[in-house]
Amino acid sequence: MNAPSLPGPLNDNPRLDLWVSFPAPGKVVVNTGRVELGQGVLTAMAQIAADELDVAITRVTVRSGVTDGMPNEGYTAGSQSIQFGGLAMGQACADVRALFIARAAKVLACATDELSVRDGAFYRNGAATGQDYWTLAPAIDLAVNASGLARRKASADLRFVGQSSARSDLPGKIFGDDVFIHDMKLAGMKHARVVRQPNKGASIGTIDEASIRRAAKGAIEFVRSGDFLAIVGDSETAVELAGAASVNHVTWTNIETPTPLQQEANWLLQRPVIDRLLGPPEPSDAQGKQRFEATYSRGYLAHASISPSCGLAQYKDGHLTVWTHCQGVFPLRSALARTLKLDPKAITVHHVQGSGCYGHNGADDAAADAAVIAMQLPGTPIRIRWRREEEFIYEPKSPAMLVKVRALIDSAGKPADWTAEIWSGNHNGRPGGGNALLAGYALPDQEPLPQANEVPEAAGGGATRNADPLYDIASKRIIHHMVTETPVRVSALRGLGAMPNVFALECAIDELAERAAIDPVAYRLSITTDMRARAVIEKVAAMANWQTKVPGGNGAGRGIAFARYKNRAAYSAVVVDLEVDEEIRLRHIWCATDGGLIVNPDGAINQLEGGVIQSASWVLKEQVRLDGGTASIDWDTYPVLKFSEVPPIDIALINPTSSDMPLGVGEATAGPTAAAIGNAVSHALGIRLRDLPLTRERIMAALLQE
Amino acid sequence: MTNVDFSVNGKPVSVAIDNEDTPLLDVLRNELGLMGTRFGCGLEQCGCCMVLIDGAPEKCCAKPVSSIAGKNVTTIEGLGTQDAPHPLQQAFIDEQAGQCGYCLSGILISAKALLAANPSPTRAEIALALDGNICRCGSHNRILRAVEKAAAVMRGA
Repeated sequence: MNAPSLPGPLNDNPRLDLWVSFPAPGKVVVNTGRVELGQGVLTAMAQIAADELDVAITRVTVRSGVTDGMPNEGYTAGSQSIQFGGLAMGQACADVRALFIARAAKVLACATDELSVRDGAFYRNGAATGQDYWTLAPAIDLAVNASGLARRKASADLRFVGQSSARSDLPGKIFGDDVFIHDMKLAGMKHARVVRQPNKGASIGTIDEASIRRAAKGAIEFVRSGDFLAIVGDSETAVELAGAASVNHVTWTNIETPTPLQQEANWLLQRPVIDRLLGPPEPSDAQGKQRFEATYSRGYLAHASISPSCGLAQYKDGHLTVWTHCQGVFPLRSALARTLKLDPKAITVHHVQGSGCYGHNGADDAAADAAVIAMQLPGTPIRIRWRREEEFIYEPKSPAMLVKVRALIDSAGKPADWTAEIWSGNHNGRPGGGNALLAGYALPDQEPLPQANEVPEAAGGGATRNADPLYDIASKRIIHHMVTETPVRVSALRGLGAMPNVFALECAIDELAERAAIDPVAYRLSITTDMRARAVIEKVAAMANWQTKVPGGNGAGRGIAFARYKNRAAYSAVVVDLEVDEEIRLRHIWCATDGGLIVNPDGAINQLEGGVIQSASWVLKEQVRLDGGTASIDWDTYPVLKFSEVPPIDIALINPTSSDMPLGVGEATAGPTAAAIGNAVSHALGIRLRDLPLTRERIMAALLQE
Repeated sequence: MTNVDFSVNGKPVSVAIDNEDTPLLDVLRNELGLMGTRFGCGLEQCGCCMVLIDGAPEKCCAKPVSSIAGKNVTTIEGLGTQDAPHPLQQAFIDEQAGQCGYCLSGILISAKALLAANPSPTRAEIALALDGNICRCGSHNRILRAVEKAAAVMRGA
């Protein structure tokens, strides 16, 4: 018999002792390479481990995010933690349980199938044996590779998976405990702020140290390496004041001054690109069919994490220890090793919770800042916390995207040929992807970096993510123009290209339905044979009491949209009710999602709803403004959705226990929400708005044009 | 060096500061070790640093500590503990109201001030009262439900 293939992360980290240990009687520790970002992943992992090991969930401690003695699962990103990391955790625990069962059978001189496990204790034909994980553990070597042979629990036998489980990370946040990296204090710690290099290639001109010291109103010192300049001191208040003042007291040469024109997606059309064609060439003639063409766009978005990034580091006895809230401690370690010219073995990186990141925000860069300073001040622990303005200006942005949809329409009004032509910067600017940490641009003697590669299609693609419609269309292709130079640094934000692509394709589908004079729900169902896709569309239509042929154009609108995230994770359909006069007021949102096997239903609903609200905020309000620099620098200049603007939201999970396979849900709702809002606005106004965000200015301009 | 005397969560404190403009938030976190009040912006925009000053909700990230001499400050640590949670905290746990949770200290403080002034707020009134607090993860509706639930508990309903 061939060895079964292991789930990816377990294949990469096959040794079972990386995943499971029994450190003390009654205690189980499991390690995951996924980190807690407020999405509840550690709770879900405990549920999975408790089921596969047959122990009470209260016995399970989940550790995560350290580069020593733990599985390396890369980034906690892409809605993959449960779909892939959870499978690995489950299989590792099942294999461990099987090793213990085999050992117990030997000790008890019985057959393995006579044995069962209840809360960690082993029973033979239902009778207690006196053996448990902890009595057997000393004789079992877990420093062996997973076999993948142990059978996972059947869904009927799951006790914790499938039940809503209170999040283990939440109480500390509700009682104000020091759970965040920002709250860490190390003995002898100094605070730091960086005088940020305005852009790659900018050089320090003059430094007015005296003015900065005066502004600090307390003792500070300067640390410099090349164009990397930092302010360090015992008082956080003093370094914060000095950091803010330094913006006006340090001059730079080679400063870039991006203009408002560059903030718009259509600026991308004039830039150098690397081209790819995914699929067959586009037909040159219409083959007797009607042509449809429309252009959709979205500007640059900020992650806009509620807290600016923070990092701590200490360089002591030749070893660098770093604390970070980034999404991937192993990739950060590699990037730090390259930037600081250290052996990765001389670096330990610990994950500590920060505020929600939703992708690659400033966390990695803040950790690098702390590390660079710590290397210059050996022995002294360094804590850096970015200023609010610094986070807005210097966090990597989600690339602006422009998407042209072209379709050929058959005599029944259905698309027979589909082209999505995309212009976008790179969504894969992460340091572990070969890109620089921000400090690396300012430090001397850095190796040149290769052109960054976009996320491969096998991993769901970056700019192309979800550009391929799941509908039954005979011929489809994606033309991808990767814009190599963007006016701001760009990288990964929740869903990568999925939101703009789903916005484009699902608005286009609505436009085709309108042309064909077919109800948008009926139209989608008429071009979808995927039963799970049909189920979420039908479900959300029922939830919203969808009525056909409701006349629009009177200021009240309703829209629907659908996507299967990455065409391989969760299926989601969303209906939005809204009103528009000069601005959009969301009235109600419904969402139906098929996420396969759901580990923690309440946790999944929380993630889905969070995705709906964040997407609504992107669509209604968000665009990074450029005007001589990044002009979105605070919550007034980069507003997000407020409590009073959030509508009631109903979320339904479809068949959450009917499948063995979980499908990632965390990013599934952003695209459908964006398109459903776009479609509802069109229904309300009788005018199609194709450029995001749908601000008051854009609505007024569209109304005036009519 | 100046001394500023005030009270935090019912206990008198006296802090010695070099710079009278030192924000109350820095004093709470770095001098008094009360880390529950979070830094979000330093611009009085996001509400992560909300505390009660003589019962009124105020952002303290840019509020000079010298301006609160003699006043009573309540922070999230003054609400309740895991063993004896405030009804708001219990309701937030019951509703699993939060994701990253960084905004929650400030939101709980704003909610406490609201319920003190208006024990039976409508959902719209709760939302308006929380408009000075930013939640980026999208836990808004859970938070609104939790505040409604706490209000009902506190009314004895």
